[in-house]
Amino acid sequence: MTRAAPNPFRPDPVRATGRATLALLRGIGAVAIFAARGLAAPGFSPRLLAEQLLRIGWLSLPVVGLTALFTGAALALQINAGGERFQAGDVVPAIVAIGMVRELGPVLGGLMVAARVASSIAAEIGSMRVTEQIDALVTLSTDPMGWLVTPRLWAAILSVPVLVGVGDTIGIMGGWLIGTTTLGFTSQAYLANSWAYLETWDVVSGLLKGAAFGGIVALAGCWFGMNAGRGAAGVGRATTNAVVAASVGILAANFILTGLFFT
Amino acid sequence: MSAPVIETRGLSKSFGAHKVLDGVHLGVARGESLVVIGGSGTGKSVLLRTILGLESADAGEVLLDGEAASPAVRARFMRDFGMLFQNAALFDSLPVWRNVAFRLLRVMPARQARARAVERLARVGLGPEVADRMPADLSGGMRKRVGLARAIAADPSVIFFDEPTTGLDPQRAAAINLLIRGIVTEAGATAITITHDMTSVRTIADRVALLDQGRVRWQGSVAQMDEAFDPMLRAFVRGEPLDWGPLAGQGRQG
Repeated sequence: MTRAAPNPFRPDPVRATGRATLALLRGIGAVAIFAARGLAAPGFSPRLLAEQLLRIGWLSLPVVGLTALFTGAALALQINAGGERFQAGDVVPAIVAIGMVRELGPVLGGLMVAARVASSIAAEIGSMRVTEQIDALVTLSTDPMGWLVTPRLWAAILSVPVLVGVGDTIGIMGGWLIGTTTLGFTSQAYLANSWAYLETWDVVSGLLKGAAFGGIVALAGCWFGMNAGRGAAGVGRATTNAVVAASVGILAANFILTGLFFT
Repeated sequence: MSAPVIETRGLSKSFGAHKVLDGVHLGVARGESLVVIGGSGTGKSVLLRTILGLESADAGEVLLDGEAASPAVRARFMRDFGMLFQNAALFDSLPVWRNVAFRLLRVMPARQARARAVERLARVGLGPEVADRMPADLSGGMRKRVGLARAIAADPSVIFFDEPTTGLDPQRAAAINLLIRGIVTEAGATAITITHDMTSVRTIADRVALLDQGRVRWQGSVAQMDEAFDPMLRAFVRGEPLDWGPLAGQGRQG
């Protein structure tokens, strides 16, 4: 019995799935190697690290602080409105505190940093790529990974948890502001209720998430910047891709870390 | 006879279906100045980038000081190397003097490196007031000269110049040509220069190579170039206009 020759025009779902899976695994492998090289590349410079700590950490403080303030305030209003349905309006301080430090502080802080920093890193490194500045580094015996990627990765990993900590505090203060001015809490009662239900692990897990999110933001910016296409269009695409990848990466990592930390 | 400082054997490189280098054989002896000429898009810059490992070759090999160019050999080669990029490739985030002194800052204090940078800037006709300016504040010609100052800052023994006089006025271009010639003659540096400027070729070159369709079509001394019979070389040297077919020359009709 003879077999019919395969029709090259008929879609083969098994083959297509295999190809897509291999491409995905190759991509993940390439990014993982890039991250490992970026974290440990030689040529560490304290001056470059300090510069990036300032740009990524200090200059992100206003946007992260404002985001946390409004989120904490809105959360207090929401919890109060929802809690009143079953006479549980007095849990507002505890839920605002736990919600901010475990979830909203790290996630919203991370997303704000992604919008501000991933785009900036990708645009800067991408411009350097298309104007041959990265090639110039190579000809000057300087590893572009050590010069560009390492300081940004470590600065983000170190500074985003600090931003998250500050954001948590400001977010709780946002809830306190609403609680004491609108919901009838005394200042002392609100703060006492906030601390009473907060555990050390709530805070530490949020800070660890912040470190992971910082790494994701810098990695996305550096990866897409270093692999930017030619011309202004290439840099534009790199910037967009970096923000999208960092944002989705943060939400996915948040789900995984929450599962690891709290189940 | 010692091995060439730089040698390519059958170097080939394609971008998609477009073959840019198609088996390039070239060698540059120590202290020699090779000038590579050829029309736009004939692979001159790609040749330099492939020698440096900035592009990976599809076939053929690069030898540096007689050794196959492995990453370790290239790293050693780069330690005593300078390059002027076509568009200067200055680091936007650093002031001019830190660009020029980039390599020096690793081996000497900042004050000394800055002094050396200012001296190198003077060699390319730029005053000390330029040292603290940012690259974005400079004209194209000034950026080019800063790039040249950076390339020669550490007195490298091998230097690549990618179109060193493009964007410069004729007097400054002539000064830069003499500077490059001086670096080769006095300091004994080995140089590869890419240029379309025949004045540069005559000033800088010990030897000239014409690249065409990804291959070395002709090579020889400047004197041989002037007497060569190769029609493409003669047309290039004389600057004869290309024949672009039936539409060519229509703009000249009244």
